[in-house]
Amino acid sequence: MSRLSRDPMISSPVLSRRGFLVTTAGAGLAFSFLTACGTDAGDAASAVVYEPTQWYSIDGTGKVTVNIIRAEMGQHVGTSLARILAEELETPWEKVAIHHVDTDPKWGLMVTGGSWSVWQTYPLYSQAGAAGRQALIEAGAAALGVDVASCSASNGAVVSGEKSISYGEIVAKGVTKTFTPEELGALTLKPVADRKLLGQPVQSLDIVEKTNGAAIYGIDAKVEGMVYACPILPPTRNGSQVDYVFDEPAKSIKGYQQTLVLKDPSGTISGWGMVIADTWWAARKAAEAVTLSYSPGPTTDVSEEALQDRARVLMADASVGSILDTGDTETAPAFRAARTTLDEVYTTATVLHFALEPLNALAEMKDGKMVIHTGNQWQSLVLPWLAAALEMPETDIVLKTYRLGGGFGRRLNGDYAIGAALAAKELGKPVKMVMTREDDSRFDSVRSPSVQRMRLAADRDGKVIAMEQHVAAGWPTEVMAPFFMPPGANGVPYDPFAINGANHWYSVGAHKVRAISNDLANQTFRPGWLRSVGPGFTNWALESFMDEAAHKLSRDPVDFRLSLLTGEGRNAGTAPNSVGGALRQAEVVRRCAEKAGWGSALPADTGLGLATSFGQERDMPTWIACAARVRVNRATGQPTVEKLTLVADAGTIVDPDGALAQMEGAALWGLSMALFEGTEFENGEVKARNLGAYTPLRLADTPELDISFVPSTEVPVGLGEPATTVVAPAIGNAIFNAVGARLRHIPITAAAVKAAI
Amino acid sequence: MASFTLNGRAVSLDAEPDTPLLWVIRDEANLTGTKYGCGIGMCGACTVHIGGQAVRSCITPVSAVEGETITTIEGLDPNGAHPVQVAWRELQVPQCGYCQSGQIMQAAAVLKEKPDLTDAEIDQLMTGNLCRCMTYTRIRAAVRKAADAMKGV
Ligand code: FES
Ligand code: FES
Repeated sequence: MSRLSRDPMISSPVLSRRGFLVTTAGAGLAFSFLTACGTDAGDAASAVVYEPTQWYSIDGTGKVTVNIIRAEMGQHVGTSLARILAEELETPWEKVAIHHVDTDPKWGLMVTGGSWSVWQTYPLYSQAGAAGRQALIEAGAAALGVDVASCSASNGAVVSGEKSISYGEIVAKGVTKTFTPEELGALTLKPVADRKLLGQPVQSLDIVEKTNGAAIYGIDAKVEGMVYACPILPPTRNGSQVDYVFDEPAKSIKGYQQTLVLKDPSGTISGWGMVIADTWWAARKAAEAVTLSYSPGPTTDVSEEALQDRARVLMADASVGSILDTGDTETAPAFRAARTTLDEVYTTATVLHFALEPLNALAEMKDGKMVIHTGNQWQSLVLPWLAAALEMPETDIVLKTYRLGGGFGRRLNGDYAIGAALAAKELGKPVKMVMTREDDSRFDSVRSPSVQRMRLAADRDGKVIAMEQHVAAGWPTEVMAPFFMPPGANGVPYDPFAINGANHWYSVGAHKVRAISNDLANQTFRPGWLRSVGPGFTNWALESFMDEAAHKLSRDPVDFRLSLLTGEGRNAGTAPNSVGGALRQAEVVRRCAEKAGWGSALPADTGLGLATSFGQERDMPTWIACAARVRVNRATGQPTVEKLTLVADAGTIVDPDGALAQMEGAALWGLSMALFEGTEFENGEVKARNLGAYTPLRLADTPELDISFVPSTEVPVGLGEPATTVVAPAIGNAIFNAVGARLRHIPITAAAVKAAI
Repeated sequence: MASFTLNGRAVSLDAEPDTPLLWVIRDEANLTGTKYGCGIGMCGACTVHIGGQAVRSCITPVSAVEGETITTIEGLDPNGAHPVQVAWRELQVPQCGYCQSGQIMQAAAVLKEKPDLTDAEIDQLMTGNLCRCMTYTRIRAAVRKAADAMKGV
């Protein structure tokens, strides 16, 4: 998103993300203080703590504990953020620990998504580290009785000539220096050449516990006296009402206690039954035995086809939707003057998050507060919902932080916590709710199916003079966080997470991007942000279409792209985030094509296809390109991906191995959604609910990956998502190059390929 | 009452006979390293060893393990340093980590049975374990690395 506005946690009404960052930093750092000092001689060295800013503390042994407000869901975010801080602080990595904090207003906006974490937090943690270094040098100089100017910090100690004193010893003597936001802003950061930790391999701090069973996830949370709960979900996501409960058959199940019918004043959930029992297995069995009769909501008949038909109807009405500001949006004259035009429609199926840890939450009233134990990506979003549901002030609700057994955007929407909290409030005892896998799927905030229409106009020389992309899908942000919707050029607000990617960096003359909210989708399910969000489908259409356009204009698809990535006008890029603009995208395309052997001969029925993207947002582009080598079995249509070559330019790489891991996962997600997963709505609910029917990528189908990064010292940007967006179109383009079959729907099935050959 | 040996200790736990071993391990024995993913034997997150064999505990009723010897991730190695765990760390395999107890238990059982795995066999024997974070290329490499370490290569 380009603008954050009216988020409840932010006081200023409209702020750019960057502006917001400064605000958070100011608010947080103004509270810098010394928390404790060794007053009692018996205090262990570790009890003496210096807190240069609220983001970390250093104790009398020199141990540095970094406070992390982002959720740990596999991206080793704590490691990356701690490393940024440790780099500036000049502390050895063995002395660094991370602490994931619970919700508290002092932390500001708590959200983990959009691959923003490192990009957003980089300046904050760098400054915080530099502040500590400066304070310790000053105190260290005093302790050594030398001039500050003669001192430097290195490896957790302050050094002056032959003399040195460790950070721990300095802290043990008592350090009190704090910093105003102005002082922090004025600090000098280390020159790039002096970096020791950034860009070097280190062991991520969360790895060991994830190999010995010790890591604790939300589903592992336990408290004294809790009961287990298994929900009974209504036939529609919205608007169903429970008329009647019949639980006689459950009474013979040992451990069954009762079935609650939950009332949610916030309207976030409706029609929930909650089966309470001594054990989860008893609750689960009882949930099958209890019958709830419903007055169902209005969407009981909705099918995938109905959703997509609705998208087409809305799209056909030119007055519907938001037009993005992409410079010259008046495409009509160019289409009238065009020699060649191309007009195609692309679609994508419903996709489940299917995080491996099913949704769960443990809620308990404790000392007048509702304490909720659950893995969550956007605590600031769910707190107001919980407050409304429980009819309690937000300040009386605390979200405890846990590891996430996968987020992928599902846990941005914390709606699953509400049922547990309502039940705990009603029962007056702690309630641990775990959904079955099937219910996790039914209650998913799925990635909406989408319909997209692409148009292109070229003049008599084959020069592209106009392009249009019309995108219709359910809008997660409209349903869950409308304060995040900026107005389009025509004044209509739009969901950036359902259209990003279409506002690309190709110079195509007049360019119209229209975002359309599928109202039927928004009613039928709670549309979700899913790994790579909008670009996961907009780039499927865009990059498949760019290939089609190249072929139509008799151009090589790589040359065609390069000829449009010229970095002119609004595609020139701006400091600091998009320095170089489209030229950096051209560079990754060039490198990727070369690495993958673009243009060299391939075996029969084997093709190489390329696609590129700028990642999630124009504001923080991650330049990426992917080449897929695909073999197609002509008899069955079955495509086999043999190799994916990816090249990314993500600015400074903070954590090389973590960056690689994120790229690997993101690329294989892209492959999974291109060929292996997807479901459809049937009678208002998703059809595939467990692994029999829903079939994400497995090890045996995993191709060889060749991933590399363009060396860079620019601002670090996200890597958890961009690779997801380029794989499907690269595969589609490769299939075309292999056997001449053009696919315009994902997931691509063997039958569809066979039919298109 | 269910009685079996769990990570080297004799245990007797109160559980209905049809309760899947998974929930007995997690909620009665308080060993939460074994995870619930699908409940139908198709993701492998719940993999434990029964008599040395990799078994999906989510579809194994506790009544079926009477007197058996069961090992969970917590008991795989006294120091958490089984060659598979070591390889997993060296290659930094886990992302969210949720599937990894199951992956490691599967790999450990497979390697014990067949230390001389081919690459194709690694794919075949590990493909039943879903990793939603898609750490597959590292799983492949880590199984190979552990196999080599166990053979003393
Ligand atoms: S939870 Fe047992 S195989 Fe998925
Ligand atoms: S590491 Fe997340 S599911 Fe495998």
